[in-house]
Amino acid sequence: MKTYGYYPGCSVRSTSKAYERTLLDVCKVLGLGLKEIEDWNCCGATAYFGVDKAMAMAVSGRNLALAEQQKFDELVTPCAGCYLTLRKANEYLKDHPNDHINKSLDRVDLHYGGTVTVRHPLELLSSEEALKAMAAAVKRPMKGWKVASYYGCQLVRPYSDMDDPYQPLIMDRIMEALGAQAVDYPYKTRCCGGSLTGTVEDVGFRLVYMLLSEINKHGANAVATSCPLCHFNLDAYQSKVISRFSGGFDQAGGRRLEPLPIIHFTQIIGYALGLELKTLGFKDLMVTPGRLVAAS
Amino acid sequence: MEISRTVKYESELDKDFGNRVMELSGCHKISECIQCGTCSSTCPVSLYMDYTPRKLMAMIKAGFKDEALRSQTIWLCSSCYSCTVMCPAQIKITDVMYSLKRMAIEGGIYPKKAPAPALAKAMADIIARNGRNSEMGVVMEMSLKTNPMNLLKMAPMGLALIKRGRMEIKDFYHRDKIKNRRQLHDLVKGLKKEA
Repeated sequence: MKTYGYYPGCSVRSTSKAYERTLLDVCKVLGLGLKEIEDWNCCGATAYFGVDKAMAMAVSGRNLALAEQQKFDELVTPCAGCYLTLRKANEYLKDHPNDHINKSLDRVDLHYGGTVTVRHPLELLSSEEALKAMAAAVKRPMKGWKVASYYGCQLVRPYSDMDDPYQPLIMDRIMEALGAQAVDYPYKTRCCGGSLTGTVEDVGFRLVYMLLSEINKHGANAVATSCPLCHFNLDAYQSKVISRFSGGFDQAGGRRLEPLPIIHFTQIIGYALGLELKTLGFKDLMVTPGRLVAAS
Repeated sequence: MEISRTVKYESELDKDFGNRVMELSGCHKISECIQCGTCSSTCPVSLYMDYTPRKLMAMIKAGFKDEALRSQTIWLCSSCYSCTVMCPAQIKITDVMYSLKRMAIEGGIYPKKAPAPALAKAMADIIARNGRNSEMGVVMEMSLKTNPMNLLKMAPMGLALIKRGRMEIKDFYHRDKIKNRRQLHDLVKGLKKEA
């Protein structure tokens, strides 16, 4: 069994604990080893690039160097923000081996030789092999689940090579392998607002509304996410967004937006694979998939 | 009724501004912008911006430094990179936005009471200090610098998260830290010296 380096990031240790728990459980069932790299630091996300570019590259460089020192050639992170930031820094540090950022890393015993590849669990769990293993291990066929897979932006572009930057399919394939119906819709990678929901609420909420509205229109009864921030925006702000816009009515069809369970994709896999219900953390969600669980 | 000139004289422009932005962002392709507007049409927030990304690219090239650095646009960019992927001239527009944000912060002309720059600065400070981010710490620092009432407004959300085990009371005062903070602080110092 191959063991990957694992980089959790901050969100799965606070508001998205169920994401990490189910990720680790699911990987164990499917025989994928994840070992947390020691003493990792936060990636700085998009915020750091707007304040200090050299530091933004260097803090991610520290994580890449640590992974290399701890003998990992692949580093897996469940957060799309961490994924983009680590990949962006990785590309830069490899392309500029003699610049001051690499030299500064060298001086504090963090020489980075550029041997690490950054990956996201979605990529590992959607390989042909993993899909077959998953399909064979399904214990709770997901009858009646119509899942809209929401990928968000930073996981699929521009430093990513896992799927199409606008019309990705890998999460949909996982949902289908588990027996759910994958719902197609046009906004799979449109921005969820990122931190705008907390900084410029009017704009952030409008972006969340447009996503929820499209997802509703295409008949989904659940949403799968692959990023803690996307999940937070859709899950935690959903009720506010529905009540704020159009009096709760979808502008296009005049239908009322249905509050949907917004679920980390690993929670869904864990459910289908028959993991114990209380370990899945469905109760942590603002809208639980209770009805779907009861019906399937 | 006060009448004032709304068009700049060429002598008022900062002719070298475009070059500095290209240097800082590592993106020399700005000079190849053909003003097609693909960036503005794919941008999910362009309809809220004072200058759309297309317009901003032209302003950078022409030397409208003050307008570019004081624009709301740069603080509305959510870094979704759609423009960067779509741009037929391969301009890394998202990175250009980052450069403008940094120039605005360094020049002290960012909107002091706006939450977006406050959030970015708070997060960078906390990570440079502790090596670990704190979602609660960032929200608290951002709110105290811009609008403390924000904390009250967010209280119901906080309670809902605590109820579901997604936030803890200790998040208010406890700050996660990495073990080797000395290494991180030496890294910060070394980079500052280089700059």
